[in-house]
Amino acid sequence: MIPATFDYHAPGSLADAVTLLDKLGDDAKILAGGMSLLPMLKIRLAQVGHLVDIGRIPGLDYIKEEGGTLRIGAATKESALERSDLIRSKYPILLDTALVIADPVVRNRATAGGNLAHGDPANDHPATMLALGASVVVRGPKGERTIPVDQFFKGLFTTALAANEILTEIRIPTPPAKSGGAYVKLERKVGDFATAGAAAQVTLAANGTIEKVGIGLTNAGPTPIKAAEAEKFLAGKKPDDATLQEAGRLAAKATNPSVDRRGSVEYKRDMARVLTVRALKAAVRRAGGQ
Amino acid sequence: MSMHKITVTVNGAPRSAEVESRLLLVHFIRETLGMTGTHIGCDTSHCGACTVLLDGEPVKSCTMLAVQADGRQVMTVEGLEKDAKLDPIQEGFMQEHGLQCGFCTPGMMLTSYALLKRNQQPSEDEIRHAISGNLCRCTGYVNIVKAVQYAAAKQQ
Repeated sequence: MIPATFDYHAPGSLADAVTLLDKLGDDAKILAGGMSLLPMLKIRLAQVGHLVDIGRIPGLDYIKEEGGTLRIGAATKESALERSDLIRSKYPILLDTALVIADPVVRNRATAGGNLAHGDPANDHPATMLALGASVVVRGPKGERTIPVDQFFKGLFTTALAANEILTEIRIPTPPAKSGGAYVKLERKVGDFATAGAAAQVTLAANGTIEKVGIGLTNAGPTPIKAAEAEKFLAGKKPDDATLQEAGRLAAKATNPSVDRRGSVEYKRDMARVLTVRALKAAVRRAGGQ
Repeated sequence: MSMHKITVTVNGAPRSAEVESRLLLVHFIRETLGMTGTHIGCDTSHCGACTVLLDGEPVKSCTMLAVQADGRQVMTVEGLEKDAKLDPIQEGFMQEHGLQCGFCTPGMMLTSYALLKRNQQPSEDEIRHAISGNLCRCTGYVNIVKAVQYAAAKQQ
C-alpha cells in the first residue's frame, strides 16, 4: 500500500518547523515516529498535502527530572522509556504503559509525544498521563503554552493543538513519597489496541487513606477518559476492597465504548470496571499500602 | 509531489537515489536497490517480515519513508553474512530448524541479532518478548527461540 502523494519537509529547528506549519496551515501534518500516521496514509484513511518531519530536530529526545517535574521530550521513543533507569525505578506506571504499546519493534520508532498528539482514545499514554496529572508544552508562532492533559483531548483524533503548534514536551509532577501507579491493559494479542485499559496513580496519607488519586481509561469512548467521579469518591477513603470495587463501578459509568471485534459495549464497560480495580490495587500496593 | 536525493548506507555501502516523498523504505530496498531479502508481509506494521536495522535498532521498513532514512545506516538480511561466513544467528536458524517457509526469517534474524547485541545471554522470556513484534505462522516459535539460544551460546 502506497500513500497518496505529498510533499515532505524536514526542518532542522523548532522555529523553522513552526514557521512552515504556520505557512502550510491545515494542509500539513506533523510526522514524528509515524507509527500511527504512516499506516493511516497508506490505507488512505488520511491524505495530506505536506508532511513536516520533526524527527530531525535536535533536542526533543530526553527523559529528566528537574525541580519536582519529570520532563519527557516529545520525540522520546517508547523504547527509550522502556529502557530508562529513571522510569524503571521511579515511574512504574510509565514502564507498564511503554511495555504494552504496540510491539517492541514498533516502539523503536513510536514516540511518547506522538502517542498523545495523535488524539486516539485507543492509545495508551493518554490514560496514564491523565492519571499522573501531566501537562504538555506546545510551541506555536506566538511562543510556548502549557496545556493540562485533562484539557488536551477534544474529540476523536482531535486535540487542543492548533495546526501551527507542535507538542514539544510532556511534564509530569514527580509524585511525593507513599505514591504508586500502575497501568493495566486487556489486549487480544501483542500489538493490538486495548479492549480496555486503566491507569491509576495513588498517593497515600500517613494514616493509610487515599490523599490523591488519578484514574485514566483507554479506548472507553471517543476521547481518553478521566474517571473524575471515581477519583472524587476515593479521596480520603481507606483503599479497602469494597471501596476500590465501588470506584471501579463509578469508573465504568464514565465510559462510552463502541462495539467492535474486540467486544460488545457491555463487555468493554465491565472490563473497564475490572481493570480500574486491578490498576488501583497495584497502585496502592506500589504506594506501600495493602 | 516532491523528489529528494537521498543517501542511505546499506550494509556498509552508501547508496544514493532520487526518490519520491512517499516511497517507503521497504520499496527503496527491494525495488530501487533490488535487494529482495527484506520481505513485505502484512504491510501494516504488525508482522515484522520487513524488519531491518536502522542505526542498529530493528524497525519495520514498511512503515517508514525512504527519505526518513537519508544519512542513516540500514542493515538488511543481506548484511548478516560476512566474508562468505554465516553470522551465528543464521547458523542458529539453520541448525535448529528455525524456519519452515522462511517468510518471517529475515525479520526474525535481524530482530534477534539486535537483541544479542544488547543482551548477550537473553533468557527465553527475553527472547520471546524481543520477537513479539515478528510473526511466524509456521513453527510455533519453539525452534526460533532455540535458534537464538544457539547463536547466543556460539557468541560466548
